[in-house]
Order: sequence, then C-alpha cells, then structure tokens
Amino acid sequence: MTDLTRLTAAELAAGIHSREVSAVEVAQAHLDRIAEVDGDAGRGVHAFLHVAADAALASAALVDEAIGAGSAPASPLAGVPLALKDVFTTIDMPTTAGSKILEGWRPPYDATVTARLRAAGITILGKTNMDEFAMGSSTEHSAYGVTRNPWDGTRVPGGSGGGSASALAAFEAPLSVGTDTGGSIRQPAAFTGTVGVKPTYGGVSRYGLIACASSLDQGGPCARTVLDAALLHEVLAGYDPLDSTSIDAAVPAVVEAARAGASGDLAGLKVGVVRELGGEGYQPGVRASFDAALQLLEKLGAEIVEVSCPHFEYGLAAYYLILPSEVSSNLARFDAMRYGLRVQVADTGSAEEVMAATREAGFGAEVKRRIMLGTYALSSGYYDAYYGQAQKVRTLISRDFAAAFERADVLVSPTAPTTAFPIGDKVDDPLAMYLNDLATIPTNLAGTAAMSVPSGLARDQHGGVELPVGLQIMAPALGEAVMYRVGAAFEAVRDAEQDGPLIRRVREWS
Amino acid sequence: MPAISRDEVAHLARLARLAVTEDELDLFAGQLDVILGAVARVGEVAADDIPPTSHAVPLSNVFRPDELRPGLNQEQALAGAPAVEEGRFRVPRILDEEPLAGSGISGEEA
Amino acid sequence: MTLANSPTLVDYDEVVERFDPMLGLEVHVELNTRTKMFCGCPTAFGAEPNTQVCPTCLGLPGSLPVVNRVAVESAMRIGLALNCSIAPWGRFARKNYFYPDMPKNFQTSQYDEPIAVNGWLDVALDDGEIVRVEIERAHMEEDTGKSLHVGGQTGRIHGADYSLLDYNRAGVPLIEIVTKMIPGTGARAPEVARAYVTTLRELVKALGVSDVRMDQGSMRCDVNLSLSPRDSGTLGTRTETKNVNSLRSVERAVRFEMTRQAGVLDAGDPIVQETRHFEEQSGTTRAGRRKETSEDYRYFPEPDLVPIAPPVEWVEELRGTLPEPPRERRKRIQADWSLSDEELRDLVNADALDLVAATVAAGAPSQEARSWWVSYLSQQANSQGVTLDELAITPEQLARVIELVAGGELNNKLARQVVDGVLAGEGSPDDVVAGRGLAVVSDDGPLIAAVDEALAAQPEVADKIRSGKIAAAGAIVGAVMKATRGQADAQRVRELVLQRCSG
Ligand SMILES: [Zn+2]
Repeated sequence: MTDLTRLTAAELAAGIHSREVSAVEVAQAHLDRIAEVDGDAGRGVHAFLHVAADAALASAALVDEAIGAGSAPASPLAGVPLALKDVFTTIDMPTTAGSKILEGWRPPYDATVTARLRAAGITILGKTNMDEFAMGSSTEHSAYGVTRNPWDGTRVPGGSGGGSASALAAFEAPLSVGTDTGGSIRQPAAFTGTVGVKPTYGGVSRYGLIACASSLDQGGPCARTVLDAALLHEVLAGYDPLDSTSIDAAVPAVVEAARAGASGDLAGLKVGVVRELGGEGYQPGVRASFDAALQLLEKLGAEIVEVSCPHFEYGLAAYYLILPSEVSSNLARFDAMRYGLRVQVADTGSAEEVMAATREAGFGAEVKRRIMLGTYALSSGYYDAYYGQAQKVRTLISRDFAAAFERADVLVSPTAPTTAFPIGDKVDDPLAMYLNDLATIPTNLAGTAAMSVPSGLARDQHGGVELPVGLQIMAPALGEAVMYRVGAAFEAVRDAEQDGPLIRRVREWS
Repeated sequence: MPAISRDEVAHLARLARLAVTEDELDLFAGQLDVILGAVARVGEVAADDIPPTSHAVPLSNVFRPDELRPGLNQEQALAGAPAVEEGRFRVPRILDEEPLAGSGISGEEA
Repeated sequence: MTLANSPTLVDYDEVVERFDPMLGLEVHVELNTRTKMFCGCPTAFGAEPNTQVCPTCLGLPGSLPVVNRVAVESAMRIGLALNCSIAPWGRFARKNYFYPDMPKNFQTSQYDEPIAVNGWLDVALDDGEIVRVEIERAHMEEDTGKSLHVGGQTGRIHGADYSLLDYNRAGVPLIEIVTKMIPGTGARAPEVARAYVTTLRELVKALGVSDVRMDQGSMRCDVNLSLSPRDSGTLGTRTETKNVNSLRSVERAVRFEMTRQAGVLDAGDPIVQETRHFEEQSGTTRAGRRKETSEDYRYFPEPDLVPIAPPVEWVEELRGTLPEPPRERRKRIQADWSLSDEELRDLVNADALDLVAATVAAGAPSQEARSWWVSYLSQQANSQGVTLDELAITPEQLARVIELVAGGELNNKLARQVVDGVLAGEGSPDDVVAGRGLAVVSDDGPLIAAVDEALAAQPEVADKIRSGKIAAAGAIVGAVMKATRGQADAQRVRELVLQRCSG
C-alpha cells in the first residue's frame, strides 16, 4: 500500500469508508510520521505542541467500529486525521495558545470547532504550534520554540499558524485547522506550499477560540488540496448560538464548488487584480509567480481586470491599531487569579503585584509590545486619533472591496510579499515583520473571505532552495463558493502545467 | 503625533499590569515610537463623515432565551486555579478597593 | 493627611442655611432573570460558591457572551416605566480595569450607549409634596464576583492576608439607573434621596424584574453630592458615596455628606472629587484609598456582541406590559381602601403596601389585611429582626387565616396562634389549626355533648330555659366555654343550648 501520509484527505476518506484501510491504520501512520519528523524545538519540524496518540487511536477505532457495523460515516471526513491549532480549547488536551502563561492549562470545555470535529468523526492528532496568542508571522513568537519550514529547515513556516501549515507540508497530517486574524492561515499556507482558507467573518464559530482580536479572528481549514480544504470547511462552518457574531445562514456549498472548479473552466468569470497589492515591496520571484498565475487564469477563460482599492495601503496601519487595542483587553484575563501561571511575589505580594509579575514573566515580548500599544491607542486623549480613525479606515476598506466586487467576481494578489524568510531574520524588527501581512489584512478588516493556493516556487535574495509562493483569492462575504471554484480550477491547471502538485516537490525531512 | 516617552511607557505598563524591567522600558519606548509613527497615518484619510466600523458583520439583535444551560461544577471551575480554599479561588491580598460604582457588598465577613 | 479626612461637621440647620446641595443618585438593580446577562448560568442568591459558573462568566479563554433577551426586555421596561426614550441602536462597551472579582478584567457595560435615556420619576415626600426627579439614563451591565477577605481585621479588605473569590454573582444582569443632578432640594435633600430610592424600588418591584433586596445587594445605591454657597450659582465639587445599602442609609449618607462637606469648605479646604464609603455603624462616610495611577477605563465597543436595535413594535409591546405607576397606584389604593393620608403613609413606611395588596388579592378585606401586616406582623418582624416580606408567611396564608376568622372557625386570639404556627414553620394555617388542635370547636358532636353535660349539671337552669327564660342560657354557655377552654364559638354554643332545650 502507498504511504498513507502522502494521500489527500479525500483519498483517505474514500479508503476508510470503503474499508480498504482502517482509520486506526491511517491514524497510526500519521502518528509514526510525527514521531519520525516532528522532534522538538531544537531539531525537527516541531509542528506539534501536544500529540494525543491514545485519544487519536481511540477516536479512529470508533470510526472503524461504526463503519464495520454498517453505519454511514459521521461525515465525509470521518476517520481522517487532523492537526488542531493550539488556540482552540480541548477538554482532553492542554491548550496554551503558544504562551507560557497558559502552560499546562486544561480547559474544562471544548471549542465549538473542536466539538464539530469530534462529531464529524475526525481524528484529532494533537495541537499545533503558533505564535503566542496568534501574534506574529513566523511562529518565532511561540513560547515553546519555533516551527521549521519543511521546505527548508532554516526558514520560518510563517505565522501565526506555522504549526498547522508545517504539519501539512511535512505530511504529519492531511488536514489542519488554523485561525486567521491578519493572515495567520493564508501566509503560512503560502510559505509552506499548502492551501489555507480564511472564511467570511461569522462563518466559523469563535466559541472556544482563544481570542487574539475578536473582530478580526476567524477559524478556517488548512489542507494540501483545495478539495480537502472544502471538505473540512463544511465541517467547521455553520451557525453557533454560542457566538453572537455567528452568521445564521446556510454554509456556502464549497465542496460542490471545488469539484466544479476542478473541471478547469472559468469562462465568463472576472478576476480583479488589485493594483495596490503587488508592486513595490514584493519580492521579484513572488511577482513572477503571480504573473504566471494570471496567465493560467486567463487560460481557464477568466477575464482579468484591474481594480483599485486605494485605501488598502492604510490597512496595515489600521490593523496595527485595532488588533493591539482588542488584544490589550482580551488578554487582560490572564492575571494569575483563576487559571494559568502564577508568579509568587515574596510572602506579602499583593494581588496587583502578583498580576503584574505574572504577566511580565508569562507573556513574550511581542505580546507585551502589542498590549502596551493597544493600551495607548485606547487611552482617553488618544482614542479618537488612533482607534477611532482606524475604525473609519475599516469602513473605507470595506467600501473599496464593495466597489471592486462590482467589477470582479474575485480579487487576486500574491498572498505574501516574500517567500519564507530565514529564522531570526525579522524577529527584532517588529515593523518589518508586520509588513508580511500587507496583502492579507484588508480581508480581515472587511470580514470577507480569502484563500491562499500554491502558485509556484521562487528563490529569494538569500539563495538556497526554491520556496513556495501563494496566490491569494479574495471573495465577498459569504462568497466562498466562487472562491473555491477559482481556487480548484487554478490548482488543477497549475498541477497539469507544472508536473503535478507543488507539494510533491517538498524535500524529504532529515 | 507626540513621541512616546519612557515615562509614558511606564504608565502604560502600570495600566496593563506588566512589571516591565528598566531595559524593557527603553526597548519598548523606542519600538512603540516607531510603530506609532507608522500607524498614525490612519489620520490621513478618514474624514469626519466616514462612520466607524466596529463589527465586521452587519448583525444586530442577537439574543439568547433566558434558559438555563449546564455550566461547570465547583471542581471543574476550580480545576485550573493556582490556589483554592473552601470552594473559592484563593488570591493574594487585594490593595485597591473595589473600583466599580455600585458593586456594593463586595467585602464580606470572613 | 488633610483635613478632608477628619472634618469638623457643621450643624445641619446651618448647612442648609448657607449652602445649596446638589444631589445625584445612581442605583444598581440586579435583575431576577433566570440566567445571567451573557450566559446560561443561574442567578439564585446564596448557592455554594462557584457552582453557578461556566466558561463565559468565569472569563475562561475562548469563551464568548450572548445577550439574555429577557434582561434586555427588563431593561427596556424599567426605562419605559421611568418615562425614558428607548435608544433605537446601541452597543455594549468594554470598561477595562484589573480587579480580582472581574473574571475578564473588563466589565461589559452599555455605559456609552445606554438603552434608555431622558426620563423622569415623580416622587412624593412625606407631606405630599411631589418632586420630579429627572432620569439621565438606564443601562445594562454585568455584576462582579464576591470576595471574602481573610485574616487581619475580620472581613475588611485592609490588612487582610488574602482573599477568596466566588464568581456565582459574576455576570448577573445589572441595570444602572442614573438621575440627572437634582437641584433645589435644600434642607429636604436627604428626604428626597430616600423618597426617590423608595419609589424607584416600588416601581421596579411592581415591574417584577428584580427582588430589590437592598440587604442582599440586589438593589444598591451610590449617592453623589456637592455643596455650593447659597445662591452662588456655582457648582461645587462632588463626592460619590458607595455602599449605601438601606433606605435609611440613603437619607443618612446624604445628610452626613452635607455636614462633612460644609465643614471642609468652612475650613477653606477644597472638596476632593473622590469615591467615599458609607459606614453603616457610625452613619459616616470615609474616603477610599487614593490610587497611584489615575483610572483610565479605555472604553471601546464590545466586538463579541452585536448592536441592539429594538424595533418600535417590540418597544410598544413592552410598554403595554407596564404596571400602574407607583404614585397612581397609591392613589387608587387609597380610594379603594378608603384610607386617610396618614394611614396610607403608615402603610408605605411599614413597607406593607404590596403585602396588603397581595393579601387583598387573595380574598381578604383590606381593613383586616392592613391591620395584620401593620400591627401584629410588623411586631413579629421587628422582634425577629427581619423585613416584613421575609416573614415566613405569605399573603395567601394570611388571607386564609382571615377567612377562618370570618367564618367563625377561629377567634382573634386563636388566629394569632395560627399565625405564630405558620411563622414557626408548622405548615399552612389549616395544618397549624389541625396540628395544634386550635379550631374553635365547631364540630357540633363534642359541643352538643358538652352542652348536654352542662344542662344536666344545672337542671334548674335548664328548666328555666325550657320555660322560655332565654336569658338564663348565658350560665350554660359560660359553663360550656369553660369546659372547652375557650375554644368553642360562643355564638354556636348559645344556639345549641337553645336547640337542646326546645325539643
Ligand atoms: Zn456562566
């Protein structure tokens, strides 16, 4: 039998549901792979912070049992393994959000996403590494060490969901779940040659997702193919009465759209190229890959139109005010009183002193920086100039999107301005790190949907191996179906033109 | 925009309950200054007639019926606590008085 | 320490001669919804600590709030009853500050965009004068947990070794009702404050949205007060006095702050704008601990909750559910029960109006119901040290006692024993009657036997009665009453005596 870890989720599901292979075998193969390559922070991919081998095998056994008894699978993905970003609460596994302050914390409840995965019979292999509280673009800000990029172990996998992306690229899991606040699903997908989807805000429940910035956070599927992402999307998405911002509407039929797209016809579809995303500041190889992608889209019959979103250039500034503001409030609860780390302060330390000492010791530099930035932006006297203005920019960006979607069905851009950068390259220069999110941020500010699909490989100024580049496809709110259709069509034609899936060209980890 | 001073950073750290070190004060003062300089450009475009967006979804009136939903028992509630006594979270002595208007009988007889 | 902490108090009459008080009141009402403001946990008072909690009200990472519809309706009904406008659109905000009794270290509150604004409440003073108190706003927010301070001076936050936290109360819906500053109350400021809180309490109780138990904290009052020199037209610096937890304390706190502030001003010192705490025992206020860092709550719209935009139809539907306003209700009751102004005031002051009304609603005549609550039951409450409505007797039970008296099954003396039995937890009035064997002997069997016995014991008297000397029956009735130790209904005994002698 072929190496089970190299199969797509759809292929694995077909095998499990037709009893060609058991879910337990599939789970075991992936657990073996994790044991082989994941290692720890010093060596290995280090995509996982926690591996739940026993629970995974037990869950897989239940799927096998049900299928053996003749029951219909709980979902089209029943028995398929998955890696869950360590930002979703899990009742049977620790949940840290990549932070020291939550080391060893065992939540007394499951996130809605976790519950949906369990109900779908998906095998949760464990929890993946991330930048602390999802703040960062490299996973270098994880309190538990950096995750390495399987394409080149000296490079970052992107962030914050670097663990979820690397787990896919290293064949440790065929599926993973991430969260995207400013690009934390899409940018790692681009850096690792995988597919990552940021659903419409309100599409996937945030209940049990440890908040970074509440008005921007959105959970979403990560996979190695567009169809796999679509299959997982339909498991994750849907109305949740426990999340007040959850949209009470039918989930877009993304699986159907992905299957339709794979036939490779985009005739009559208008693809808008956002003039403001792709010029200066974008690595030449990234631009070349993007241009090639446009040609492929044209070849599929799509009409390429140029659109202008003049306020996107203010997106980064608005984002780095709104996000820290919400962060400063969301992370206030980590105060050593009820759960998590407590740093003792002498014998007579007061609650106030213990809070301050714990937060000082428990949070990393990037988190502290953003907490202070947000505290400043919300302070009386500065609110109007910073937070208030940023919210107005948000309105302008939404209007830009609305106007652009008048002219085009989807918008495209490179997902990130560069390919994966070397570990340590930007960690001391927050502003340079923030620039990574230039193209992904507008979608979060507007609450719309977007995905990253591998578009090719490029070599950067550091030389070394060729690294993946991502194509970002953006759609209006609840416009996931057309987005998946375009993504699947692009994936099909690129695979055909470029000798099969890009992910096959990832080097064997050693 | 005014440059952010070391004292201001110290004030922010107090508000945010972060016992930052002297070195961090210097580091953060410099970094926050650079970042604020960069993000201040939000002021360039947003005019008075632009309404602010606080929520990314156009929803309103989302309510829950007034119905009981199973919560946590005492053991679950306290399971993650650094210290527990008599079914309660044990915390170090509190210096500040209750800051909330109207929170009334917060301190009870022990 | 400045003089502000140990002022010379100025005589009250002198204060009002030389200063104008400016009064403002903030009242927090805990709603009696089944569940909390943002989660499905119960709100009942007095449960074991940390047993009415969930991820949301414990502020656990990842948890999210969802607004309780009934809490919103209660807030709107309070607003409408206070003649406020209901805001067509509003968001919750986060009020950020660190405190161990706040699980998220921010309070979710409508502070910026209250659901109800610009109303008024007419308040009757003791002499019948009506003062219109303008309402600035009523808004929704959530309560905090409770802390128990251990060690040091018992129960006090200062000097405690550590604290213990119970989050059962965290997230219970609160409505904060804020008045505009009330000018021109002069010497009557304390009385106005008390009358306002009393009337508000009656109103909220009539709405059925809160238990309004000041002793349990389901209604709490903060008093804002400033003084300015008489007719100066200036505004003084105000203090906010918290922890004012009874109607009487409201009056005392206002009065004390007036005499204290006058003393500070007379000494040539400025009034410090500060939060003060009312001390129930001494009837004084003391300054809170001065903060090192000035508070900056960094309000911003709560991203986890969407705006509330009540449609007009919903508002009107709620308006249709409003009870009669307290003042009109009192007027109607006064007319219905033919009460003098004084009788009505006694009833109100005894906090018995609702109880009497409920007893009347259960079928008792108002005269009897009033008499029971204002006299005998008030005495019982006093001696037990509880409020009238805490007595272990319901209006329905009292109505039954009154019915038994009216039906001749109990006389007044026995009725009081029945009430004592109910209060002592012996069950319903009928249970007590049966259990204690208290009924006026109304079963004719034993009574007839007693009559026959008495007639047999006094044959000459029996003969007299038989010959038509009815007046002689008194001797037999007396003998029967003596034999039944007063439990027989004298009227019935008389009837039976005449009956036995006529056959
Ligand atoms: Zn709760």
